Amino acid sequence: MIEAVGLTKRYGDKTAVYNLSFQVRPGAVTGFLGPNGSGKSTTMRMILGLDNPTSGQVTIGGYPYRRLPNAPRQVGALLDAKAVHGGRSARSHLLSLAQLSGIPARRVDEVLGVVGLHDVARRRSKGFSLGMGQRLGIAAALLGDPQVLLFDEPVNGLDPEGILWVRNLMKALAAEGRTVFVSSHLMSEMALTADHLIVIGRGQLLADMSVTDFISANSADFARVRTPDTEPQQREKLSAAITEAGGNVLPEQDGALRVTGLALPRISDIAHDSGVRLWELSPHQASLEEAYMRMTQGAVDYRSTTDQKAGLQQPLPPGAQPPMPVPGQGQPGWYAPPPPQQGGQPFAAPQGVPAQAPAGPYGAPGAPGAAPGAPAPNPYAQPAPQAPRTPPGAAPAAPPAAPAVPPTAPAADLTKPEDAR
Amino acid sequence: MAATQVVRSEWTKIRSVASTVWTLSLAVVVTIALGMLISALSRNEYETLGARERLSFDPTFISFAGMSLGQLAMIVFGVLVVSNEYSTGMIRASLAAVPRRGTFLLSKLTVATALAFVVSMATSFAAFFLGQAMLGAYRASIGDEGVLRAVIGGGLYMTLIALFSMGVAAMLRSPMLSLGILMPFFFLISNILGNVDATEKVGRFLPDQAGSRIMQVVTPPGDDTPYGPWGGLGIMALWVLAAVVGGYVLLRRRDAQ
Repeated sequence: MIEAVGLTKRYGDKTAVYNLSFQVRPGAVTGFLGPNGSGKSTTMRMILGLDNPTSGQVTIGGYPYRRLPNAPRQVGALLDAKAVHGGRSARSHLLSLAQLSGIPARRVDEVLGVVGLHDVARRRSKGFSLGMGQRLGIAAALLGDPQVLLFDEPVNGLDPEGILWVRNLMKALAAEGRTVFVSSHLMSEMALTADHLIVIGRGQLLADMSVTDFISANSADFARVRTPDTEPQQREKLSAAITEAGGNVLPEQDGALRVTGLALPRISDIAHDSGVRLWELSPHQASLEEAYMRMTQGAVDYRSTTDQKAGLQQPLPPGAQPPMPVPGQGQPGWYAPPPPQQGGQPFAAPQGVPAQAPAGPYGAPGAPGAAPGAPAPNPYAQPAPQAPRTPPGAAPAAPPAAPAVPPTAPAADLTKPEDAR
Repeated sequence: MAATQVVRSEWTKIRSVASTVWTLSLAVVVTIALGMLISALSRNEYETLGARERLSFDPTFISFAGMSLGQLAMIVFGVLVVSNEYSTGMIRASLAAVPRRGTFLLSKLTVATALAFVVSMATSFAAFFLGQAMLGAYRASIGDEGVLRAVIGGGLYMTLIALFSMGVAAMLRSPMLSLGILMPFFFLISNILGNVDATEKVGRFLPDQAGSRIMQVVTPPGDDTPYGPWGGLGIMALWVLAAVVGGYVLLRRRDAQ
């Protein structure tokens, strides 16, 4: 059991962690989420007594770490995978840590087997990949067979098989009744691994709840309903009928309706009763990642701006055409997969490009597969300036910016099926 | 947390990195080889020396001439032993495993100093005997008055230099910063301060100037140094103590970054 009470850490003027109070209970994987620079690692270091809190305190099993009896046998931690002397072999590194806490050398070979590094145990860790370094760090955390485990970004640099392994390892450790505290900036990863979530932003607590609660609180299911674009009055009619039946209707940018509070068959019945034809009626779930983004939006410290490449691009010779952009690369709004309400459109609309589709300099209206409304601000990225990058008239042949992107990006689906559990 | 566990762990750490072997063997080779070279040159030049210079001719001290360079390798050893922990980030794992920071630092310094002591003593005796062999007829014998003291003192001097560097590195944490300060200080600044008339009186209280006094057997005529051989080593030991205490206090107080 880890317990933080009013934990605050200041470095000079900068407050890294402010008034943080939480509990990490045994028998569960607790995810510790926050954007880069939100104070996750600082908190982890304070738990381990490496940094002294400016005020407040954090205890493990009731003791501050530095007064915990036989600490390395009770607490294991992976803080920084690269924190290894590159000239030392993996085995020597672990052996030196094992000897610190009186752990027999046999245990070193055991954990090397557990993390799958026995073949490279005597190689210098300098040549290790990031993934191998993570495995070595995890091995170090497991050495003392501790009841409390802390992992700071354990899946960084791991291959999919390694990620799955870490995920199962955490769950197994928690199932044995241990306290497992894992930090990450990936909501999708935590949704699969953690039972409980602690979300911080700018060093302050944003959420402390179970994953199930987080999902039900943040990712409401909704139905997407599309009426024939040619008959706007049908849309009005359906909206009214649904509202009357107790549903909530939100118009979407491409003319579809987002309906919450009613089951799909009920929506279908209402449409039938009011004589409205439907082009689409599909179930959707707002992704957990999106909910997390919304929660931490105001707390992001480091934002990207669009790379203007000013001064790097050579002026095109007259008449020359710029290279065709590869879909999904270097286009505004493509820094991350589109969120469900805009991109999650399984059936391509054959027609009906609304007014906000990019016209003008890019020309080529109604390009095949042009998903309407796609250039809308993407909540994953900074609201990128939507202005065309090339001066008007310079690039007549370029396709529309974002619409060329396949609307259902595979990555957007990653979190969906599992989140539904 | 038994200190023996920490000591054993530190021994594993120190023997499992290549820099230990490199720096220590460099210290040995440079000290002995340079000492032999200068001893051989001194033998050839003895005939040309004036009477006054012959009076202050100190064969023991000459055979330790390589120490001015060999000590630099010792400094590198001392700095790396401590600052490796910081530059690699290993310090966080170490301090998470040994929350008692005093135990951690003292165990580390004990292991590294013990190793430095063994190597330094061997180097000092080897440098003396090989140097005397080069001096031929002008050599000193280990049984002469003050010679054994000087040879043992040479080993202590090198050990203290290493320990001083460890203390400084514990305070500064960065290997580059520590080496950047210690190397020029011991190689240049201290020598300049000790040999320029205006600063001589202050300069001879610097750790290496005071400590190296113990390696002198023949006191040059007109020498007005206010301390003897052991007094000089004592002054050096005070410097070392200050550096180690400084490192300990800072380690206890600071965040382990």
